[in-house]
Amino acid sequence: MSHRELDDMLGKGWRKPPMVTSPLLRWGLILGGVAYLIAAVLTIEVDWSRVYEGLDRGWQFILSFTRPDFVTRAGDIWEGLLESIVMTVAASVVGILISIPIGLGAARNIAPMPVYLICRGIVAVSRALQEIIVAILLVAIFGFGPLAGFLTLSFATIGFLSKLLAEDIESMDRVQAEAIRASGARWMQWINYGVQPQVMPRLVGLSMYRIDINFRESAILGLVGAGGIGATLNTAFDRYEYDTAAAILILIIGIVMALEYLSGIVRAKVQ
Amino acid sequence: MLRLNKLTKTYKTGDQALKAIDLEIPEGQVMALIGPSGAGKSTMIRCINRLVEPTEGEVWLAGTELTHLGASALRQARREMGMIFQEYALVERLTVMENVLSGRLGYVGFWRSFLRRYPQSDVDEAFRLLDRVGLLHMADKRADELSGGQRQRVGIARALIQNPKLLLVDEPTASLDPKTSRQIMRLICELCRERGLAAIINIHDVALAQMFVQRVVGLRFGAIEFDGAPDNLTPDVLTTIYGEEDWEATIEKVEGEEDIEAAE
Repeated sequence: MSHRELDDMLGKGWRKPPMVTSPLLRWGLILGGVAYLIAAVLTIEVDWSRVYEGLDRGWQFILSFTRPDFVTRAGDIWEGLLESIVMTVAASVVGILISIPIGLGAARNIAPMPVYLICRGIVAVSRALQEIIVAILLVAIFGFGPLAGFLTLSFATIGFLSKLLAEDIESMDRVQAEAIRASGARWMQWINYGVQPQVMPRLVGLSMYRIDINFRESAILGLVGAGGIGATLNTAFDRYEYDTAAAILILIIGIVMALEYLSGIVRAKVQ
Repeated sequence: MLRLNKLTKTYKTGDQALKAIDLEIPEGQVMALIGPSGAGKSTMIRCINRLVEPTEGEVWLAGTELTHLGASALRQARREMGMIFQEYALVERLTVMENVLSGRLGYVGFWRSFLRRYPQSDVDEAFRLLDRVGLLHMADKRADELSGGQRQRVGIARALIQNPKLLLVDEPTASLDPKTSRQIMRLICELCRERGLAAIINIHDVALAQMFVQRVVGLRFGAIEFDGAPDNLTPDVLTTIYGEEDWEATIEKVEGEEDIEAAE
């Protein structure tokens, strides 16, 4: 009986069963998706004569990268860069330190329900508010300058890092942690021995990534008055000094690449 | 030494993993717990040290009732019970030495353990145990560099450094080859004898259990079906525990055991 079934099946091709079983529904979904895509593209209005004019301006902008001007505004650039770096480092350190306890609290497998809900709430609020909005609010409270930027980045770091750390903790190997608990370890010891070694590489990797993000964000936050290299960049654009702007962008790209390289080395070390 | 009184575990899904288990283990006795998968073997030993919370019943360990202990008293009690796991459950990114010393966590304070400054007596004992299980030269290796048998030896050292009264052993040989399985079982039983420890060993391999232990308890559907000496495990008994099957080959004393021992 089963022999016959096998013989029937031999020599025939095999296809993975489709995710949506009903063919009517499946094709309906595909056609609907395509129709929506076409309709959506059609609603985007393009003013081609404006694009033609703009091409020239864009070209000027790109050309300026071939002759970046590091010298004319060297003082401003240096000051802005230094401010950005201070902001990034301070915000990352503070943000990461706060993220760790919140991340522990937001992991369902190690935190009791009330703590979990509170920590997830904090994460949700931090993630819901976009950096720019937070920065505008904080600039309104604390005035122009890097303090607002520092607070914004710390706040944003908490949402990012806590969430990802919590998710890593939730997917850790339960048995390793269980073995530590069975020895009669107290809670902190349990975290230190059973959980921390399992999530450490990821925590370090995420922290490096967040430093990277914070630096890039610090360039944006300047646009709304929260200090840093962004303020210098904004001024350069306002004055149509594309060559100075190009110099700043090149510096930002260089620093981000250096951070990326550094992060690779650090992550390889802790793996 | 250890007494279970009507120990019951009902999971939230309504599955009864343990049905009012009564069991007593005297000092120094090594007992094998056999039974099919899902019979409640793992649940039973986890209910004893409350990694799984029992629903009803009592667990008495040397005059202390464990099921109603608060968090701090429970930690005190867990120090008395060493546990050995199926997939070794070593913390893979820690060194062998850290894994062994983690068995002392119930005795040392947080900062001491955090800074890895264990009392010299603990460190000496860790070295002695590693030597006893033949892994002294591996002390500073990371746990994930070891082979299966070596990992389980570290697991044994970790359990013993707690200086327990009782060993809870969950399928110690399930992921090991036959020869290593015997070595590990022999090591566990020898150490229990040397230190006068009682042990509960969950084990699938009936022949292996017969070779080493003094008493066998058979579990089926969360209830005790058999309790006696290993020699009394007849095909009939195994049928009541596991269901119908040809058991002759399983119980037969495996040939060539002496050769293997001699070869070590």
